[in-house]
Amino acid sequence: MKIKQIKLYAAIATSFLMVNCGNQGDAGTQKSGGALNSGIAEKVYIAPGERDEQYAFISGGYSGNLLVYGLPSGRLFKEIPVFSQFATSGYGYSEETKPMLNTSFGFVPWDDLHHPDISQTKGELDGRWVFVNGNNTPRIARVSLSTFETEEIIEVPNSAGNHSSSFVTENSEYVIAGTRFSVPVPQRDMPIKEYKSNFKGALTFIEVEPEHGHMDIKFQLIMPGFNYDLSHPGRDKSHGWFFFSTYNTEEASSLLEVNASQNDKDFIAAINWKKIEEYVNNGGGTKMPAKYAHNVYDESTHTGTSTMKDEVLTVNPSDVPGAIFLLPTPKSPHGCDVDPSGQYIIGSGKLSADLTIHSFDKMIAAIDAEKFDGEAYGIPVLKFEEVLAGTVKSGGLGPLHTEFDGKGNAYTTFFISSEVVKWKLGTWEVVDRKPTYYSVGHLMIPGGNSRKPHGKYLVALNKITKDRYLPTGPEMEHSAQIYDISGEKMELLLDFPTHGEPHYAAGCDADLIVNNSKKIYRLDENKHPYAITSPDQAKVVREGNEVHIYMSTIRSHFTPDNIEGIKIGDKVYFHITNHEQDFDVPHGFAMIGAKTSEILVMPGQTKTSLWEPSRVGVWPFYCTDFCSALHQEMQGYIRVSPANSDLELSWSLGED
Amino acid sequence: MKKVIYSALAIAIIAISSCGNNAEENTKAASKKTEVQKEPEAPLAPASERITLSNKGVGPIKNIELAAIDPEMVKRGMELFKTNCSACHKIDKRFIGPSPKGVTQRRSPEWIMNMILEPQMMVEQDRCAKDLLVEFNGAAMANQNMTEEQARDILEYFRTLEE
Repeated sequence: MKIKQIKLYAAIATSFLMVNCGNQGDAGTQKSGGALNSGIAEKVYIAPGERDEQYAFISGGYSGNLLVYGLPSGRLFKEIPVFSQFATSGYGYSEETKPMLNTSFGFVPWDDLHHPDISQTKGELDGRWVFVNGNNTPRIARVSLSTFETEEIIEVPNSAGNHSSSFVTENSEYVIAGTRFSVPVPQRDMPIKEYKSNFKGALTFIEVEPEHGHMDIKFQLIMPGFNYDLSHPGRDKSHGWFFFSTYNTEEASSLLEVNASQNDKDFIAAINWKKIEEYVNNGGGTKMPAKYAHNVYDESTHTGTSTMKDEVLTVNPSDVPGAIFLLPTPKSPHGCDVDPSGQYIIGSGKLSADLTIHSFDKMIAAIDAEKFDGEAYGIPVLKFEEVLAGTVKSGGLGPLHTEFDGKGNAYTTFFISSEVVKWKLGTWEVVDRKPTYYSVGHLMIPGGNSRKPHGKYLVALNKITKDRYLPTGPEMEHSAQIYDISGEKMELLLDFPTHGEPHYAAGCDADLIVNNSKKIYRLDENKHPYAITSPDQAKVVREGNEVHIYMSTIRSHFTPDNIEGIKIGDKVYFHITNHEQDFDVPHGFAMIGAKTSEILVMPGQTKTSLWEPSRVGVWPFYCTDFCSALHQEMQGYIRVSPANSDLELSWSLGED
Repeated sequence: MKKVIYSALAIAIIAISSCGNNAEENTKAASKKTEVQKEPEAPLAPASERITLSNKGVGPIKNIELAAIDPEMVKRGMELFKTNCSACHKIDKRFIGPSPKGVTQRRSPEWIMNMILEPQMMVEQDRCAKDLLVEFNGAAMANQNMTEEQARDILEYFRTLEE
């Protein structure tokens, strides 16, 4: 029966694809015709020297990076390395940033970055930080929206496939990390076939310290061994709750494609985190050994440090009665989105054509009246019809994610039928639908998952590009589309390529960020232990076979630029302080044969590159960032002598 | 046939060159005019040796009244100079840029502070700053984001560096 159904879906999917392909030519003509008739081009045209209205922070998926775009132009401004080494800036290669990629597994220089979420105050975006999750080696990172750098990464123990993450509560009290894959907790050597009832799904509540944003795991809720797919916090009236979609409530460990699609309904888990927080604050929970890294970058020392933690506080759901309930939701729900009022919880049954909307008020009433339909591992299951607010009969296929415009409308992506569907909250009627190109996953309306959406544009983040751009071999960057949603009908404005795979994105009005964006690091605030704040402090110090070069840069020379007395077998650390105090004047540093990377040093910053010379000779280094008219002159030499040489260290600049 | 081509070519060349000449003459005339108004006729000394005390430069500083040298300001100015300027300016010699020694005898206090605060505007709009840039190999002075107070402290330090 089930297999037949899948075949049917496949058939429908194919027909949709064909329709899409057929439409494509039309869409092209419509687009150019539309641009002439209604000025679409003007809507996305940012004249030279003008700036975009909004920022979009788009996940870079398996690149491990976060990308900063402008809306409505779709222009890429910056790629922020988070979980991956990045040769452009030396992130993850420089001595200062290597600790940021440390984990309990050791140095893991890549990840699969999924769901950016901007910090909130009173349910509105506050533009301070973006939180993102590493899906593979479970981690949550905090990126500063002042420096646009990764400031902190915390590993999440007992988790695997950190996917229902990294969403923040409405005052950024917590950032949440839920596991997609359940695993033995604690990890142990056991038969995979004994998954059922033995594997667990950890939902992790990471406390965010309000002033600096520092993260610390407050507690882990050890839930039944389902797959926790996505989540969103309650807001406004439902603030204090968190909602997680689940699938594989069958608890299959193999061929999930079929075996996890057996139950007609899975669950949305509703978690009253305030209640659990209270329980924990009163001494509740069990401490268990767990190894996880906590990496913090200090802006004044320009240095990251990694600390290995060894314990986590766990909470068993049955120990906090009345805090956790399961809302039956059809067809393996994927997206789990909450509207700006906090009243509606939207479950997108990804194998369905319909959306299931639960009512928060009805849920509370059903809990009070104990309208239960059994339980799962001691957790009450609420009666479906008692919590159901309505169903959107969309006619699309494969609903995934929903965002809101703050005007009573919701917008849902449909992966299989490649479209965005606009519908009305409360009446559940579909008011518009527009194709996407192709196979849309997430969508993003700036502020669209907060109490106050900044809704004017909608960005559809697609999984498949095919013929939208000039071909670039078998691999195409994923396409995204911007729609104008200010009118009754959505209007497709622009295609643009993303990088890696754009899972979720977060966006906001530019005003929220522009004035806080840092221009330089002040030299007089530089507390890096190897910084030099004036060139007369430049020196070269030998400690055994370690050589520390305290070097400074300014347009356009290195101090010092001639160094002798380095020997084969030395580990040479270039500690480079950029003495510029002017916006957007970094200097680069590249050493021939360096097996790490070049580094790019921001004004007032100190960065360290390690070089282990392997050949005798005189070797050049130079600045990699075109810094002035005399940039080509910004170079130096290092003399490398044999290991047994007794040449003393010496260094100079000009005739010094 | 050949002749025709040659004469056609000749006409074309005349046309082109006459156009060129006209344009050149026009610009020459225009630049002569402005030069007469703005610049002294005698060939200028190297910018680093010129005395331009009446020139206040371009930038936020319009008027500075100097009092007796304030040792506290000098101390702060010296520290700021060390951190922000000494990579390119040495007291005892010409380096990337000129030595600040004796600069207060050559330049007005306003010019010095404007040069610190708005180096780019200065090289674009101030003749002396522009010539200095050329004299010093096109090594543009870096804007070190000093406040007016900090620039004033540096100026005070320079006052102690008389030749």
